[in-house]
Amino acid sequence: MVANNSTKNFSVTLRVWRQAGPDQPGRFVDYPATNLNPNMSFLEMLDVVNDELTVKGEEPIAFAHDCREGICGTCSCTINGKPHGPGKGVATCQVYLRSFKDGDTIVVEPFRARAFPLVKDLITDREAFDKIQQAGGFISVRTGAAQDANAIPVPKEDADLAMDAAACIGCGACVAACKNASAMLFVAAKVSHLGLMPQGQPERDKRVLAMVQTMDEAGFGNCTNQYECSAVCPKLISHDFIARMNRDYIGALFRSKFKPVSHASGGAG
Amino acid sequence: MHLFGSLFTSSIGRKFLMALTGLVLVGFVTGHLVGNLQIFGEPDRINGYAHFLQSLGPVLWAVRLFLLACVAIHIWAAVALTLESRAARGPVGYGVDKWVQASVASRYMRLSGLVVLAFLLYHLAHFTVGVAQAESFKGALPKWTMLESAREFGIPLATKGDEVPDVYSMVFLGFSHPVVSLFYIVAVGLLTVHLLHGIDSFFQTTGLRSAMWSGLLRRVAVLYCVIYFLGNLAIPGAILTGLVKPAAGTYAAHQLGAASTASNSARP
Amino acid sequence: MANLESKTPSGPLAGKWEKHKTEIKLVNPANKRKYEVIVVGAGLAGSSCAATLAELGYRVKNFVFHDSPRRAHSIAAQGGINAAKNYQNDGDSVHRLFYDTLKGGDYRARESNVHRLAEVSVNIIDQCAAQGVPFAREYGGLLANRSFGGAQVSRTFYARGQTGQQLLLGAYSALSRMIGQGGVELHANSEMLDVVIVDGHAKGIIVRDLITGAITRHSADAVVLATGGYGNVFNLSTYARGSNATAIWRAYKRGACLANPCYTQIHPTCIPVSGDYQSKLTLMSESLRNDGRIWVPKKKEDAKKAPASIPEADRDYYLERIYPSFGNLAPRDVASRAAMRMCDEGRGVGETGLGVYLDFADAIKRLGEPAVRERYGNLFDIYHEITAENAYQNPMRIFPAVHYTMGGLWVDYNLMSNVPGLFVLGEANFSDHGANRLGASALMQGLADGYFVIPYTIGDYLAGQKPVARTAAEGTAFKAAEDNVRAMTQRLLASKGKEPVSHFHKRLGKIMWDHCGMARNRAGLEAALQKIPALREEFWANVKVPGSADTLNQSLEQAGRVADFLELGELLCRDALTREESCGGHFREEYQYPDGECKRDDQNFAHVAAWEYQGEGKTPLRNTEALNYEFTKMSVRSYK
Ligand SMILES: Cc1cc2nc3c(=O)[nH]c(=O)nc-3n(C[C@H](O)[C@H](O)[C@H](O)COP(=O)(O)OP(=O)(O)OC[C@H]3O[C@@H](n4cnc5c(N)ncnc54)[C@H](O)[C@@H]3O)c2cc1C
Ligand code: HEM
Ligand code: HEM
Ligand code: SF4
Ligand code: F3S
Ligand code: FES
Repeated sequence: MVANNSTKNFSVTLRVWRQAGPDQPGRFVDYPATNLNPNMSFLEMLDVVNDELTVKGEEPIAFAHDCREGICGTCSCTINGKPHGPGKGVATCQVYLRSFKDGDTIVVEPFRARAFPLVKDLITDREAFDKIQQAGGFISVRTGAAQDANAIPVPKEDADLAMDAAACIGCGACVAACKNASAMLFVAAKVSHLGLMPQGQPERDKRVLAMVQTMDEAGFGNCTNQYECSAVCPKLISHDFIARMNRDYIGALFRSKFKPVSHASGGAG
Repeated sequence: MHLFGSLFTSSIGRKFLMALTGLVLVGFVTGHLVGNLQIFGEPDRINGYAHFLQSLGPVLWAVRLFLLACVAIHIWAAVALTLESRAARGPVGYGVDKWVQASVASRYMRLSGLVVLAFLLYHLAHFTVGVAQAESFKGALPKWTMLESAREFGIPLATKGDEVPDVYSMVFLGFSHPVVSLFYIVAVGLLTVHLLHGIDSFFQTTGLRSAMWSGLLRRVAVLYCVIYFLGNLAIPGAILTGLVKPAAGTYAAHQLGAASTASNSARP
Repeated sequence: MANLESKTPSGPLAGKWEKHKTEIKLVNPANKRKYEVIVVGAGLAGSSCAATLAELGYRVKNFVFHDSPRRAHSIAAQGGINAAKNYQNDGDSVHRLFYDTLKGGDYRARESNVHRLAEVSVNIIDQCAAQGVPFAREYGGLLANRSFGGAQVSRTFYARGQTGQQLLLGAYSALSRMIGQGGVELHANSEMLDVVIVDGHAKGIIVRDLITGAITRHSADAVVLATGGYGNVFNLSTYARGSNATAIWRAYKRGACLANPCYTQIHPTCIPVSGDYQSKLTLMSESLRNDGRIWVPKKKEDAKKAPASIPEADRDYYLERIYPSFGNLAPRDVASRAAMRMCDEGRGVGETGLGVYLDFADAIKRLGEPAVRERYGNLFDIYHEITAENAYQNPMRIFPAVHYTMGGLWVDYNLMSNVPGLFVLGEANFSDHGANRLGASALMQGLADGYFVIPYTIGDYLAGQKPVARTAAEGTAFKAAEDNVRAMTQRLLASKGKEPVSHFHKRLGKIMWDHCGMARNRAGLEAALQKIPALREEFWANVKVPGSADTLNQSLEQAGRVADFLELGELLCRDALTREESCGGHFREEYQYPDGECKRDDQNFAHVAAWEYQGEGKTPLRNTEALNYEFTKMSVRSYK
């Protein structure tokens, strides 16, 4: 039907990073992957290779995955030097073999960042993202304390923009792609999503200050505005949000210093 | 949150300082270029201008210190952030390390910055301190006597008959050496490359950029850089190629003219 | 015989929940922090529950096998969440939502539960909006709705095609807040492998750290399971690959009853299978049916022809033909079975013959391509990505796939299983959807359970319990459970077989789909009940699990889960065999009306079948809880 939808089977060589554990030495190992169907997904190819390894009595390649439809953010391979591999706006699990040619050598590596320590083979630990969320990625509203949802109108444009930012799947490809291993795109997406909504205003300054501080402490690098992150982001989160966060952060920093201070010492009585 | 603490320790804070100092430096180099372009006018103009600057005394030193502080902060932030970013990749790098779309200028900011730094040191040695080409340094040249009084924006720069340092000749003499000129050209070229990303980056870092403006901002930045580069190229370029000759009666005209006829002529 | 007392409060339907809330016991605020609650799972149900309990002051320990709570399978839900807000003023009400859900479930759910669900649906939207969930809005800034899953009112709230993601991130943000404040202790990469029962009460769990392989004991005053559905027993499904039944299955083996396991939902609009390497079926949102028209060729001979070459007159828009009033929006089970019938007649399209067309040509003609792109562009993109076909030019091919499991652990009105202290929320329980779930109501149920039901009902249980000592995990029950887990791990690793785990999963999936899929019959189910135990035996004899127990070992994880599926699959078939009627997602070919519709048997089967484990190798016991419809008349569910 479509030109590249050939159904001819083909073969590639996979050059995969193997590392038994965080403190073990790692190296690239080549595996042939034969009899591939162009409609197969990249992860399905890894499944097949893993089954062959298992039958041979070798340990299969550990790789992270779950939903296999680009929404959970679990999958995280760097394929031929690009986090999530070929294609725009897709996660590793949405890469199909029709993006490769017969005889290709495909290099598969884990996401690399000090803040994402390696767990095994292609799996890294992205807990740092959770820590950033815990520092302020929320609106403090106890269950049951909410007023009627329509009591807070949100201009459609703001809601749409907030949704653009909120679409982030927390995969970490932005960090993996950034030459500085900076987490700015992820954090900016979070900060912007909540900062764009009226509900998010009371904690807006506190949030951005706390989340950036936690980001820095986690050992991510520093952005130099190169926009590699947004180019590989599976949800095409715009780096405009980084500019927005920069502004928010600097503003919050100054506001935090030049705001009158209340001397009330909490709910006495 | 401590304001100053956070500005000097957080990632965004230091980037912000870099952007602000960068902006000051852009302001300086722009003004400096405009000042330097006076070389194409009467010798009175640039010499009067230089004399005026020198005569500012403590104000000049205040400006110099401020600029120095900006350079220092800019470089400190650049180094500190870069070192952190290097470490942030982690113990093992990529087997295949590829760029996806970052602009070429952005990839070489550290390199272009370093060359600019090297240039700056040389340049100060050359035209401010006078150790690079001591023989043609303004201090070693005979004073220039102002032919007319010079005014700019209503401010008197120098009065007729003042004896002022002959910056005009210094520049002509300095740039008549091809190696010196070429180095200047390469350096301002790299500075332009630095600014190409730097100006864009400034808007992003300070949060003034957005998709709506990015195209326009980018074009403004590119236009600025082209003009800046051409302006800077013009001075050594014109002197080196001989398109512009020193005005008759200046020391440089005398020297260069003499140099072309009697290469071994002694200095007066 | 298990105790299946539903604890439904008395009184008028609409007042039951209110009355119950005022009558159940409370835990004094100062005492709450003395109680520890284990919550397994952080999908919509788990994270909303963990966050809310922590806000109330309980000490919560949250376990997930994922590397982050945000990755739970709930993240994948696309379409939306129902709530009886009646913001559209189109005649919706709590009662109507209640009625639709009950009828949609083919009268196999508890009235009282469903009514409560409809009541709290309203609060869910308030809560989520306050958390900053970026729901779709109208230009005036108020919330937008759409009609979904065949509902005749617009009551579905949505956030683009990522409603589940946004709701989960909302709950995850609440959870993150409580983790940050120390109210919740998060254990990611931690798979629960057993429930510990002390003196008849659930008092802890055994957990394997998926990174280090360490097996640890955790004690608490109550255990909440919110571990999702078991649809991956079919291998291919719309579920995330990691979704599994281990938590509920091991709880079942510790005495919790598993109710109505045969109620599985098959979703009509998924992308068809393309080859045997396939690992996952991708759902195309149901909303496509709002504008797309479903058809197959009238003549078998046309099935392999290019769709464009089939003239209008030779196309059979079978849903519009058979169900004129609902047409392409007929409920999921109805639409799925109709598609299956078309394929059985040999009129299925695509290479495998297992597919029907979902055609947008008319919509494009009517609305223009830009409008269609605006509405469904991202879905068309997904379709293109997976199939490399352009659905603007050619009709999509779709086919039904396993999508949701209505069955689950039996719970009473308080969401407590028959094991005291063991609570079950979300898709893991059986409670609110009866024999079929309507679109956009799983998200509603998960959040209702976690935000608004369990925070009240768990107090009723805890108030009667003395807080357990921290050292309780030293007891013999804990040791026995831990030994049990270690033994299973060892057994899997020791097997010197040849085949990878996936081999068995695929074969089990095929048996399940062939014999216990969209249409079931006695002969097929009996065959499955022969084949599954045989496959299970083969699994234990011939599975190959490389690697060791003390590191990350995905084969080992998978093996444990498939081992459970191999047991659960059998129970599922047994349940399907003993439910001799057709209802909702359970279609027995022997029980149908001449036009192929479900023929319910309210006389004999208006009950919940709650299976009780009797020990290895023994046939489980089928307990029943009668469903008494006090307020609604059970009618034939017709969508004509
Ligand atoms: C593609 C798709 C689209 C859908 N769209 C909609 C929709 O539009 N509207 C709607 O209402 N419903 C929809 N559903 C259904 C709905 O998403 C699910 O039913 C619901 O999200 C289930 O939520 P849950 O909290 O019960 O479980 P899950 O989200 O599945 O969460 C399970 C949690 O339990 C944990 N867990 C499981 N087992 C263990 C264990 N042994 N040890 C430790 N942790 C464990 C997991 O880590 C996870 O955190 C859709 C489903 C699919 C597949
Ligand atoms: C072709 C280009 C340039 C020319 C002709 C030029 C010329 C000069 C001259 C003549 C002086 C000495 C002025 C005096 O003695 O009063 C000077 C000083 C200086 N120039 Fe340049 N310059 C050029 C480019 C640059 C650039 C690109 C930079 C910055 C990166 C720069 C930075 C400086 C500085 C910092 C001083 C010292 C100012 C002071 O005395 O405080 N120059 N330049
Ligand atoms: C002297 C040595 C210099 C070094 C080592 C240096 C280094 C750097 C580095 C590493 C960056 C960061 C790039 C980024 O964030 O994308 C930067 C930014 C910048 N530099 Fe320089 N630079 C130097 C001199 C200058 C000079 C002389 C100017 C101006 C004339 C200048 C102007 C800028 C500007 C405007 C930015 C953008 C700041 C931002 O928003 O990030 N720099 N520089
Ligand atoms: S911003 Fe994009 S790349 Fe980064 S974590 Fe979110 S989805 Fe992934
Ligand atoms: S690629 Fe890195 S440099 Fe900044 S804009 Fe993105 S974080
Ligand atoms: S596996 Fe979920 S995003 Fe790829």
